[in-house]
This record gives sequence, C-alpha cells and structure tokens, in this order.
Amino acid sequence: MLSIKDLHASVDGKTILNGLSLTVNPGEVHAIMGPNGSGKSTLGHVLAGRPGYEAISGSVEFLGQNLLELETEERAHLGLFLAFQYPVEIPGVSNMEFLKASVDAARKERGEPALDAVTFMKMAREASKIVDLDPAFLKRGVNEGFSGGEKKRNELMQMMLLEPKLAIMDETDSGLDIDALQVVANGVNSMRNKDRSFILVTHYQRLLNFIEPDFVHVLSGGKIVRSGDKSLALELEERGYAWVADEVA
Amino acid sequence: MGEFLQHSLDTAAKQAPAWLSDVLSNGRRRWEASRWPDRKTEQWKYTSLQALQQEYHAADTSAQLPDDMTLPQLAGNRLVFVDGNYSAELSHCDSHIDVVRFQDASAEQAERIREHLGTALNGEQHIFAALNDAALQDGLLLDIPADTIIDEPLQLVWFSSQCSAAFNINQRTLVLAGKHSRAEIIEQFISADGSQAFTNGITELILADNAALAYLRLHEERRQATHIGGVHALLARDSRLDAFHMALGSDLKRLDLVVQYVGPGAHCDLNGIYLPRGKEHIDYHTCIEHAVAHCSTDEAFRGIISDEATAVFNGRIHIHENAQKTRAELSNKNLLTSDQATVNSKPELEIYADDVQCAHGATVAQLDETSLHYLRTRGVPKDEAEVMLSFGFINELVDNIGNESVRNYLRPLLAQQFSADPDLTRHLV
Ligand SMILES: Nc1ncnc2c1ncn2[C@@H]1O[C@H](COP(=O)(O)OP(=O)(O)OP(=O)(O)O)[C@@H](O)[C@H]1O
Ligand SMILES: [Mg+2]
Repeated sequence: MLSIKDLHASVDGKTILNGLSLTVNPGEVHAIMGPNGSGKSTLGHVLAGRPGYEAISGSVEFLGQNLLELETEERAHLGLFLAFQYPVEIPGVSNMEFLKASVDAARKERGEPALDAVTFMKMAREASKIVDLDPAFLKRGVNEGFSGGEKKRNELMQMMLLEPKLAIMDETDSGLDIDALQVVANGVNSMRNKDRSFILVTHYQRLLNFIEPDFVHVLSGGKIVRSGDKSLALELEERGYAWVADEVA
Repeated sequence: MGEFLQHSLDTAAKQAPAWLSDVLSNGRRRWEASRWPDRKTEQWKYTSLQALQQEYHAADTSAQLPDDMTLPQLAGNRLVFVDGNYSAELSHCDSHIDVVRFQDASAEQAERIREHLGTALNGEQHIFAALNDAALQDGLLLDIPADTIIDEPLQLVWFSSQCSAAFNINQRTLVLAGKHSRAEIIEQFISADGSQAFTNGITELILADNAALAYLRLHEERRQATHIGGVHALLARDSRLDAFHMALGSDLKRLDLVVQYVGPGAHCDLNGIYLPRGKEHIDYHTCIEHAVAHCSTDEAFRGIISDEATAVFNGRIHIHENAQKTRAELSNKNLLTSDQATVNSKPELEIYADDVQCAHGATVAQLDETSLHYLRTRGVPKDEAEVMLSFGFINELVDNIGNESVRNYLRPLLAQQFSADPDLTRHLV
C-alpha cells in the first residue's frame, strides 16, 4: 500500500528526514514513536504534501502511484488521510460545510453524486455521536474555539466520514483523558479492516493497549532506528528513548 | 461646480414643497461654494471622481421596474422607490412606523421634519450632503413612536433603472427613533443592468433616549451605477445602534458613516463588508465622534479586493476631552485575492480624554496558506477551497447579523461574488 524508500526531506530548507524507509501493507496498523522533534509530524506533512515540506531524495509509492508527484487533494482522493497534531481553525466556514465539501469531493472522484443535505446531516450527526462531540459543533466554524480534545475528536470524525485507505493519526491521543482516549480507540478500531491501514503517531504506550498495533517503530533523528512488535512500545515506556539512540550511535 | 447636477437642482428648486425651500437654497449655496474634490483634498485622496459623468439629468418620473425583474423581499413591510419615485404598486406596509413622504407632509409633520432634518449632518464637511440638501425635492420620514417595539423590519428598496441618458437620484431618509423604541430598518440599493444612475444618498438616524435601532444598508448597485452618500447618526443617552453595511462594487462608491454620541451610556455596533472586483472602487469613511462620556463603539469592517479593484477604508475615532470612560474598538481586515488589487486602510485615532479604552487594528493579507492546505488534505479541490476561505472571511461578519432572512439572502449573493461556477459555491449556500 505504502512504500517509503530512503526518504530525505526538508522543512523550509532545513533537512529533517534523513533516509527514512517504511512499508505498510493493507490492513496493518503501525505505531510510530520517538522523541520530540524527531520528525514524526514532518513525515505526515511530507506525505500529505504541505507547502514548505519538500522531499529531497528517495521515493514514496502509494497504491501504485508516485505520491510525491500528486497534488494534496489528489492524495486525499486516492485514500490518504492525515489527522493533524494541531488541527487548523477556520472561522467563518462551518464545520458542516467543510465536512460535506470533503465527503462530496471524495464521492465525485469515485463517480458518485453529491449527497443531499438531509442525508449528509444524518451521517454527520451519527458520526458526531460516535466520537462524542455535541452535534452543535457541526454548526460552528471549523475547529473555531474548540478545546484540544474537541479538535482531536473532530479530526477523528473526518476520518470516519472520509473512509480513507490509509489514515495517519498524528498524536490524536495527546491531551485526552482516559474516556476520550477510549473514544478515539473505538473510532479507529471500528474502522479497522483488512484493506484499511493506519499509522499511529503517539508518545504514549497506553493508546496501544486499546489499539493493538502490528508494528512499532522508533523514529529518531529523521529516520526509523528500530522496529518491533507491540512489546517494543512497552520497553520504550519503561526505558525511554535514550537507549535506542545509544544503540544506534 | 459646473453642469454636473444643474438640471436636477433647478428641477428640485421648482418642485420641492415651499416649507423646504430654505433647506434647498442653503444646500445649494454651500455646494456651490465648495471646491470639487480632487486628489489633493484630504478626504478624497484615494478616491477619484473620474467615473462620474459631466452632467446628470433629473430622473424621469415614469420609469418602471423591468418585467423580468423581481426585487428581494427581506421583510413583510417593503417600500420601493423606482428612480427615487415611490411605487405604490410594489410597496406594502402596515407598520407602526409612521411613514411620511416630505411631499405629502401635513403642516405638523413638516414642522417635525424641519426640527430634525440636517441635525446629524455637517454639511460644511460633507459637500455631497450639502448637494443632497440642494436637490431635496422629496424625502422620507420614518417616525418610530416612543415606547413602541416594532418586531417586523421595514425594508426600503431604492431601485435605479436603465435609461439612455445618465440621471441622478437624490435619496434622503430621516429616521426618528422615539424614546424607548425598538425597530429595524433595511435600506437596499439595486440597479438594473446598464443603469448609469448616480445616487446621492443620505440617511439620518436620530435616536432618542434608550432607543434601539438595527440599521442595515446594502449597496448592490453594479457597473456604471455609482453612489456617493452616507449615514449620519445621532445617539442620545443609553441608545443603541446596530448597523451593518455591505457594498458590492461598481465604478465608484463612496460612503461616509458618521456616528455622534450626544448622551452618555450609548453604544454602537458598526460592521461592514465590501467586495470590489474587476476595476471597481469602494470607499468607506467612518467617523465616530465620542463627544460625551460612558459610550462604547465596536466597529469591524472587512473587505475582499479582487482583480484590479481598489478599496479605501478610513476609520476615524475621535474621543473628545470630556468623553471619559469611552470604550472604542476598531478592526479592519482586508483580503487581497490578486496582485493588482489595492486597499488603502487607515485607522485614525484622536484621543483627548485620558480614562479610555481604545484599540484598533488593520490588516491586509492573502488567503491563509495553512487553512488552504488543511482543506485540500480533506480532498477539497484548490479552487473550491479558495472560494470557501474567501467566503468564510466575510461570513464571520454576516453570521453576526441578527436578521435571519438577511443572512440567508446575503450568503448566496456573496458566494456568487467569488465564483460564477456553482460547483465551487455549492457548499456555502
Ligand atoms: N517550519 C519549520 N522550519 C524549520 N524547522 C522546522 C519547521 N517545522 C518544524 N521544524 C523542525 O523540524 C523538526 C521535526 O519537527 P516535527 O514536528 O516533525 O517533530 P515531531 O517528531 O512531530 O515532534 P513532536 O513529538 O513534538 O510532535 C524539529 O526540530 C522542528 O523544530
Ligand atoms: Mg509532531
């Protein structure tokens, strides 16, 4: 599904990713952990095509296509989704308009007609219930004045409505209490199937108690320095990241 | 001042009611003594009057609304004026607001009009207000009785028709909001395709103690239909004015909005949006006179300037020496959607009192790249995302309009401004 080979990438001219390789097959859940500033979010942004984030060398193939050549919206249409670590506030554009525009765009690419307003409203209400977000939030500006946790749930709701093939969840669990964490985990688990894959970026092993990953990777200094199964997360929780970096060095 | 409105001024002088004649002659004297504004005139530095014709005639009284055109109905009570002339056929009104055309005023009503007309104006400073006096063949009094709450808004539509020769319309509205009254008035300006009308519109809002007035003024004149005018408000003790202004562009629009506080405890919310495109030009000059203590102003204007259009926003707040405990906030934000679009935004604060809270900010920016990217990561195509963000920028102020039917009317109208392609605006309306 996703194959990243020896990726070097820079942010505003500064090299952040230094030869990162990662393969994700359909249905797999990969957790990426690593110290602050190691390049986890950068990886997500490069994959989503954020302006200023540039691949210098290496390759990224997604569902048989050269991902790096595509426009951001084309990547989304192919089935790539990035839940932002810091979701963007867009006052004046209602969450409902935003969500419907997203879903209709995806439907258009699949050759399906736009949803009528009532059907969509129902879908959105149901989704908001699952992520435990008051439906009143649908009328507010996108993320406008949402608390940290509300923003994260809004990201999760978008993922559920868009039904991507690969979802990168960048610290969707950060800043959540245990109940909210459970909500996020349930949301992700309910979307898991043999064709859909996830990359979970997290600092906390506790998320992985609820969403069992197939692989755990440690990202440090812009590349993956260690990979393992879920037991690696437990080890990291106990010993921190230093030992991994030391072993590599 | 040349030929400009000569014909109209002569016609008005002949046809105005006798009790107004001194207002006309005074206005004419002031107008003729004024200098035609040019780039060296401080108040007109960034607005050229070149789009005006050399000469305008008095409007024909027989003009009709074209058969294929319907005017928006934003309230149950609607008064329609075609080229400045009242159309009974298109109007309906059973409001508790006393509506009097100057031409029809009784002696008693004439007295009331004379008592208040021009009291909110400074015709020396506003020469086009002097011109409005000079051409005051007719006007409209909206008298809101004291102690009355009027739920149903009153909508006035000033329609300008298409005509082979250029003509002018003199719009004058005098609103007297009685003590403890509450009402809402919408003034809307619409032009027919091909209209070359020049409208000189002046509205005076005179709020008595504790009156609450919502006032919305929507300028939808297009292309060669030009407008120079203004709204001048006097706010007595504890009164409250909620004003919303909108201007879509045409060759030239200049509006002076003046608020004078004359009693303590009064408040004004003054919001507005302007959206010139093509080669259009819109100029808003606002001036808030805090002449007494304990009043507050919240002012926010936003503009989206596209193509080669130009906009001017000049926001003056003058806090007089006695106006202690004033609170005034002014924000002006502009979005330029092309390299050739221009805006001149200038907040002008003059503060002579020491115990006041005053804040202002003016920004000029392009669409936020991060927001644009965020929408695109959700699959929204770039062109649609740009339209959504432009709309959102303006919609923040539209959302604050209390009147739902106005909001619902404006949204599709504004969305169309950003793209003629319905595919790009379908999620906004
Ligand atoms: N616009 C930018 N210009 C220059 N450097 C940047 C820019 N944005 C991020 N960086 C740097 O890139 C590095 C990687 O940042 P990134 O956000 O990918 O880290 P992260 O692993 O997601 O960290 P965290 O766990 O704190 O979220 C950091 O050193 C950061 O300071
Ligand atoms: Mg990060």
